[in-house]
This record gives sequence, structure tokens and C-alpha cells, in this order.
Amino acid sequence: MASTIRIRAIAGGDTTEVQALIQHPMDSGFVKDSSGNIIPPHHIEVVQFEHGGKTVFTALWGPAVSKDPYVKFSFKGAQKGDDLTVSWVDNKGESDSLVAKIQ
Amino acid sequence: MLRATALAFAALFLALAQPAAAASASDPAADFKAFRDYFTRRFPSVPLNDFVNGPYSMDADLRKQWVEIEEFPPYEFAVDKGKEMFATPFKNGNTYGDCFPNKGIGIRQNYPYFDTKLGQVITLDVALNRCREANGEQPFDYTKDDMAALTAYMAYTSRGKLFDIKIPDDPRALAAYENGAKYFYARRGQLNFSCASCHVQSPGEHIRTEVLAPALGILAAMPIYRSEWGGMGTVSRRFITCNSQVRAVPLAPEDENYRDVEYYLSYMSNGLPVSGPGARP
Amino acid sequence: MAREYMLRPMPSSDKQPDRTRRLMLKAVLAGIGLGLTGWWKLARAADASAWPKDAFAQKTEADAIKALFGKEADVSDQVKLDAPEIAENGAVVPISVSSPLPNVTTIAILVSENPFPLAASYKIPPGTSAMAANRLKMAKTSKVVALVEAAGKVYSASKEVKVTVGGCGG
Repeated sequence: MASTIRIRAIAGGDTTEVQALIQHPMDSGFVKDSSGNIIPPHHIEVVQFEHGGKTVFTALWGPAVSKDPYVKFSFKGAQKGDDLTVSWVDNKGESDSLVAKIQ
Repeated sequence: MLRATALAFAALFLALAQPAAAASASDPAADFKAFRDYFTRRFPSVPLNDFVNGPYSMDADLRKQWVEIEEFPPYEFAVDKGKEMFATPFKNGNTYGDCFPNKGIGIRQNYPYFDTKLGQVITLDVALNRCREANGEQPFDYTKDDMAALTAYMAYTSRGKLFDIKIPDDPRALAAYENGAKYFYARRGQLNFSCASCHVQSPGEHIRTEVLAPALGILAAMPIYRSEWGGMGTVSRRFITCNSQVRAVPLAPEDENYRDVEYYLSYMSNGLPVSGPGARP
Repeated sequence: MAREYMLRPMPSSDKQPDRTRRLMLKAVLAGIGLGLTGWWKLARAADASAWPKDAFAQKTEADAIKALFGKEADVSDQVKLDAPEIAENGAVVPISVSSPLPNVTTIAILVSENPFPLAASYKIPPGTSAMAANRLKMAKTSKVVALVEAAGKVYSASKEVKVTVGGCGG
């Protein structure tokens, strides 16, 4: 099955800019389905980005982050061709991870 | 300014409203020019190719948000899914590509077309389901999910290509075009709006809180990921919801009238680039 | 992967005993001297225990800030908050925060009128820029508050973002 994670990591000068788009419903727990029942909260809690064995960015998300969530950040110390590991875990304990190459 | 706009709109409507008996006198080329001129004169600062960006060609603050979302747009998942579907053969071993010119790649700008054998307008979505059925597969729901993934991928392979909708020299094709125009300008529903009421008379203005897109190029970004839907939707989905919003009874997806109005609108956007798939509020 | 599942903390009521169990497990293994220092780090993907559950559960802006940082924030022009005047749709509002301050360790974003004001928090290790861009849900017109923690102090900036019900959506 295809990964839920899409990454664009581009090294420019000494800074690498990372954009991530993750396929996830991010249900807030405030929305009802067509039968009138509340759709329970189901959202990513933590997204971790690692390079060279170090965590370079951590996203701590609540249900107010949009569906199919997006985040952008940048960090120093990486080069084109390096690996960037991204992993997430949600409130139901589901998870996914991806290793992307920095362009 | 308002009076000039009203006059221009009235002139456009009169140019396009043909009595039934004079159907053979209809002149799509003249309509095309009148339609184009109406929008370019009303919005002189909007570059012609920008009309395909709908409300974003009309409002700077909205556009800024759109540009940020387009940096990494949520329809990417649908495009990837569509690509995967294209690469996956049917049970009988054929693929979607076998049903289309150029293996289905970079052809979206030629749809819809008038099929002289079938005597009706065939949209891309209908062509895809016909392909499925011809190969022993069940048709997809026209409004979202799998159908939207396929058309998102096909639109993506045609991004930037110019619409090239043809009206063959066939009275049935002309009749379909005219029917599409008629549908577009006819009022309907409790709110008694026509498509033109919003998209010809009031583009750039607000209806409740949405900024209205101009009719010129309005289908160029299809299918779209709407934040409102939290997902993808096709031309069918949008036509149905628009009808519901003016409190008119919606037609079935890909009803003849819907196909004809898509034909009319697509012809009117000839020469404009495919901008799909799109992100919208 | 099975290992990772065993180590992941259980939800709420079991959290305390399970965290203790995890620490004990680590200590035992360290004691046995498996020589695989940090193996639990490799097996573990994103660490769910890092999630500030308490802060995300707060119902007011002030309580969320207190729960997250333990101190109040000073309004500062060193916090740059970029958000639209009128959100095109409250479900997806692009918002970004940055700061020229040195030693930024956390960036957080609150939507005051949301049922739970804390929307997101970002941990910034050394070497990472003091910037985060994301897309948030806003229930209605609200003040959006950006918080930046740098060298142990917390700074803020805010902006009102109008949110309207979509007229022709759906």
C-alpha cells in the first residue's frame, strides 16, 4: 500500500527546506456523520523528522490541524542525497513512516 | 459602470438566446467571441489565462491562501491514486490507456466531445466508465473517489494544454451545444437563479461568503479538492450541489443536460489552459 | 515493529503504570548490558508519549499556555504570524509562524475560539530554523495566537482571522 506520507525536502545553501503532506482524516470529534452520530476523534498526535540519527523537528498536533495535514520547516546540516526519516503516530496508535531523499 | 455591465450582460444573453426555429442560425464562433469579450472587458486587469483559476483570479487575499495551499496541494493523493489505477490492468488484462488516444495521457483538453456515432456529448468521466464497462468492470460513481482520482490524474497530465473542444458539422452537435447554452442561461429552483446569474452577472462578488468564479474557464480546474468537502469532487458533484444550492432538484450525474452544459462551457474556454486538478475553498 | 507496539504508552488511565513499566524495561536491559544502546529509539517511530495531552485538553487560551509552557507570554514584535484576513474556508487555514530570536525551542499556535485552543506545537532543536507553516481548522472568527519559546522565555503575537460559513460550498 502506498505511504500516507509525501515529502519534499530540498537542500539549498546550508539550509534544507522540508514540506510534508500526510494523508489522514484528522477527525476532530466534533463532526457528525450522515446518520447523526459523532465521528470519534482520529488525529495524528506526533510527527517526528530525523536526519543523521537526530530529531530535527517534532510536530505535536491536536484535532484542529486540517485534514490531510501539511507542515513546512527548515533545518541546517543536511546535504542533497541524505536520508530524512519521517514518522507519525495518531491517537488510535496507528502509525506510518517514510525515508525520503533530500534533493 | 453597473448600467454598462447590465447592458453588456443583456446583449450577451440576447446574442445567445435563439428561438427554436432559428436553431440552424446559431453561431458558436460568434457566441465564443461575445462571451470572451464580455469577461475581458469586465475584468481588464485579469490576464486571460488567469480566468481558469476561478475565484482566485478575482480576490487577492483568497489568492494568497490558494498559492500557499498549491505549494503542496491535497489533491496530490488523488493524482497518485489515479496514476496507480492507470497502471493497473482490468481483470481482462486491458488498461484504461487502451480506451483512449495517446494511452490517455495529455488528452483531457479535448473533452467533452460530440460522438457522432452515439449522437451525444461524451465527457471524460463518461468515457472512463464506458471504458470500464467495455472491459467487463463495474462503472464508478460519477461524483467522487475513484472517478475523481482518474480524472485528477488525466487532468494533471494535461496541465497547461489548451482546451480544444470541437463542434462537428452535425446538426445534433449544434443542438447539444445550444441545449447547453439554454441550460446555462435558464433560471431554476426556489432561488430562481441561472448559472449565469452568479457566474456571468456576478463574478468576483460574494454570495453569502463565497467569492463567485467567472464562467470563463470555470471547468478548467476540474476535478477539484474542496476544503468544504474535505475531498475530491468531479464536474457532476459540483453541478449537483450548485443545483441544490439554488433549491432546484438536481439531475442525475452525467444527465444529458449536464453533459451539454459542460460541452457549452468547455467550448467557451477554448484556447485557455487546463489548470486541473484544482484546490478550492 | 512488535517491539515498538509493546513500548508505546497506553491511553490515559494506563499511562502512568505503563510509563513506569517502560522505564523499568529500559533499566533492566541496560543493566543486563545488551550493548545495544538506544535500540529502543531505533525501534520506536514517532514517540506518542511526547504528546502534551494536558495542554491539548485545555479549554481556554490562558490555560493552554500555562499547561504548555508553565509561564505567561509577553507580546513581542519578534514573533511573526502570517494568517489571512478572511479564511477562504475555516477547515483549511494556512498559518505560519517565524521568529528572528536566537535559541528558539518551541513554536505553538492557538485558535482562541476553538473548543480546545491549542492547535499545534512544534519542537525546534538546535540547528533547526525558528519557523513552522501549517494548515489549521478554525471553528469561527477568532484570534490566532502564535507563541515562541526562546531561551526559557515565551513571546507572543496574535491576529484576528475572520471565518465565515461557506455560501455555495458542499
